[in-house]
Amino acid sequence: MKIPALLKFVLLVVIAYLVFKAPALLMGKPIPASLAGVYLFFTVVVILLVMTSTDKGVSELTGPIYRVSFEPGLRPIRNVIVVALPIIAVAITYFSIAGGEVSSVKLRTAHPAPPETFAAYGKRVKTEKLTNPYRALEESDPRVFERAVKDGGKVYFKNCFFCHGAKLDGAGHYARALKNPLPQPFKGQDTIAQLSEAYLFWRITTGGPGLPAESAPWDSSMPAWESILSEDEIWKVILFVYDYTGNRPRSWE
Amino acid sequence: MRLAPSKKAAALLVTVIITALTLLLIAPDSSTYAATEREETEAALTLTTPGETTGLSGINLKDGSKKGEIDRAILLDRTERKQVKPPELTAKDYRSLGPVKRRTTGWFLAQIHLWFAAFVLAVPIFVVISEALGMITGNERYDRMAYEFLRISMTAYSFTAISGILFALALFFFYPGLMKYMTRIFEDSYVFYVLFIFLENAALYSYYYGWKRMRRGTKKKLHLAVGIWLNIMGTLIMITANAWATFMMTPGGVDMAGIFQGGVWAAVHNPLWHPMNLHRFVANIAYGGSIVAAYAAYMFLSAQTRRERAHYDWMGYIASYIAVIALLPLPFAGYWLTAEIYAYSQQMGITLMGGLFGWIFVIQAVIIGALFLSINYYLWCAMKRNPGGERYTVYIKYLGLVILACFLVWFTPHTLILTQAELTALGGPYHPVLGPLGLMPAKNIAVNILIIGTFLSFLLYRRSGRRVPAGTGSANYLAAVQLAVILSGVVNIIIVGVYYGYFTNSVYKVASSVPQVMTTLAVIVLTSGIEYYRYKGVKAGSRSRWGRVPERSQYALILLAVSFTWLMGLMGFVRSAIRQHWHVFSVVRDASTEAYTPTISHAAQVVSIATIVFLSFMVLIFWLNRGCGEGNSGRRL
Repeated sequence: MKIPALLKFVLLVVIAYLVFKAPALLMGKPIPASLAGVYLFFTVVVILLVMTSTDKGVSELTGPIYRVSFEPGLRPIRNVIVVALPIIAVAITYFSIAGGEVSSVKLRTAHPAPPETFAAYGKRVKTEKLTNPYRALEESDPRVFERAVKDGGKVYFKNCFFCHGAKLDGAGHYARALKNPLPQPFKGQDTIAQLSEAYLFWRITTGGPGLPAESAPWDSSMPAWESILSEDEIWKVILFVYDYTGNRPRSWE
Repeated sequence: MRLAPSKKAAALLVTVIITALTLLLIAPDSSTYAATEREETEAALTLTTPGETTGLSGINLKDGSKKGEIDRAILLDRTERKQVKPPELTAKDYRSLGPVKRRTTGWFLAQIHLWFAAFVLAVPIFVVISEALGMITGNERYDRMAYEFLRISMTAYSFTAISGILFALALFFFYPGLMKYMTRIFEDSYVFYVLFIFLENAALYSYYYGWKRMRRGTKKKLHLAVGIWLNIMGTLIMITANAWATFMMTPGGVDMAGIFQGGVWAAVHNPLWHPMNLHRFVANIAYGGSIVAAYAAYMFLSAQTRRERAHYDWMGYIASYIAVIALLPLPFAGYWLTAEIYAYSQQMGITLMGGLFGWIFVIQAVIIGALFLSINYYLWCAMKRNPGGERYTVYIKYLGLVILACFLVWFTPHTLILTQAELTALGGPYHPVLGPLGLMPAKNIAVNILIIGTFLSFLLYRRSGRRVPAGTGSANYLAAVQLAVILSGVVNIIIVGVYYGYFTNSVYKVASSVPQVMTTLAVIVLTSGIEYYRYKGVKAGSRSRWGRVPERSQYALILLAVSFTWLMGLMGFVRSAIRQHWHVFSVVRDASTEAYTPTISHAAQVVSIATIVFLSFMVLIFWLNRGCGEGNSGRRL
């Protein structure tokens, strides 16, 4: 049985909608409404483009709409649609705002651009030229390197894990008390693997107060660890977060 | 109203002379300036303390550089050296003009000028190609089309000159301090710039007005040579101006103290110059093709006769074909440009794609997706003009699915816009499934497959106009080989992208884009070669029925031009704006009251309004050229 083109269009749109809802329904991890809306919009556009790429497709798709709109014999259906469409629009509007007041969404910049130079431990540091002094030991002296990683682990669990979590997934004990932004996760290929060790050093030493003016307000509760940890401890904890998550720091060479 | 050709020529000549005079009059007296600056520079060098910018504790240092160190570009420079200290501008170094906003004015004029310039640089390229094709094939249609292309661009040349002069005047009026500095460094290049404009105009008028007189034999070859000369001059103008723009982003010939110590060549030959030259050259061809395709669509939709419809259908197809051919390598040229920005300054690179302007890249992805969609839709609809084209329409839905999937991945952002409830549910700003799709490896996979998908649409379109080869064993074998090449190419792109993109360190990740690009190009070249061999000797089907294409396909061509224009405006803004509060990055600081980065919303508004204004001018140009269409031009020739 051949499915009428208009019905096929509606079915495809419904299937697309369900696909974009699936992460929320199956995993409890929704695709944000802002993105799902754009996904659905372009999916509908492509479906329409494919269906109207031939003259036959155009007539099959628009034929029923044309007939319902103009044929005298279909007036009852037309009347039902004329009444139903505004009701559906009102219902969608109502349910979209019925959940009460929510804070407006905003464009966040997850990776602020590091400054050319920044002040740390009483000196001015050139960000691009900064390297982890322990990184070279990974090949030249693996035992010392391993010990530095373990030291970094101790630093992490004494200071960082309360927010960033025991699994380095950003879900520490205090994370639930923080609303937005939440502590950054380090797990996964799309987090610190994108960043150089110098970048992490800048973020850890200067914390929330050291974030640049662009894209402010950041609302970050990350302390400036320069006043709590030594430079050595910060380099070691950086080793640890890369080692634990199986990531490699970004490099340009 | 149309100006007589002689009046146009006179108007353009006057604009060129005004440009030359303006530049010469406004440029400061170099000898006086040099002396003063040199004294100041020497004083500054004496006061500089080497090693002020260092790493921590000594152990962190990879940096052997120190203030006063001379850039490698300076050492390689053989042009006359000079020392130019960067000016420390204050708010008094900027002029105002009532309520006129200086930055928006300069930005707007620059953008309008760049669009016109892109158009008039691109059109002569395929005018020459088209004329050459006409000479080689003996088909006069190419010659007529080339002439019509050129006529359209003649009016655009005038607009280019006018907008260029207005832009230059705005710069020198509003930013005298900055322009004094730029002029001090680039004054030698100004002379060449004006000279190139003059030579280009001489070539342009010889080329255009000599078209009828130089139609046959040796004269025709000479005419083609003039066209090539025109293109060379146009390209030289572009790359000269590129040097100024790229110097502001990646200044060459500047030492660590910010003092310019080279000759003009060191400033011109800065790190972004070549990537920008390549990117703009290729993009201009794609852009010019899209504008001419839009012109053809406009003329097609308003055509009164079948002959006109047929002509403009054909013109639209050829122009869009050129646009697509130039579009395919464009992402790779863009990749080189971006890689050079990262290499020069990690800060600029992260600001560009990971930081503040990352969201504009998401918009860019959406617009590029719209470009690919419009191209594909045009090709799908265009199958109608080929008898037997319906054989291939069954594949359109699969192509649509592939293109949609690539498109969605292409614009998926890494950092999501979340409500508080969504943020809580996800436990962070990244989605476990969509997060990896927001990174470059996924984008690279998507764009390469998107290009292959678009190429397949084109392949099917080409096949739709031909008879099916006889079902011999070798024909079937070749079809299977084609399929194998395409599938293995796609699998290779995915494996390389996933493995090197996500499971190795970042050096391999960046480098993996090269084999992906090579795979895409190999698929296109191999498949085209097999296609040629497969259909070799097979009689062509019925001729394409030009003019029988559905009207809705023409709107796809118009969308193509609009998308290109908008995209160029947005990305041009981003490229320039990543300097942030610097006029010349890390050398000359912007001290004006507008030394802040505009919001994305404001930028989008300015670019969108400029897009509407520019396209309105283009419609005006199209309208001016109406009545001089194929029928008239054909008779004239």
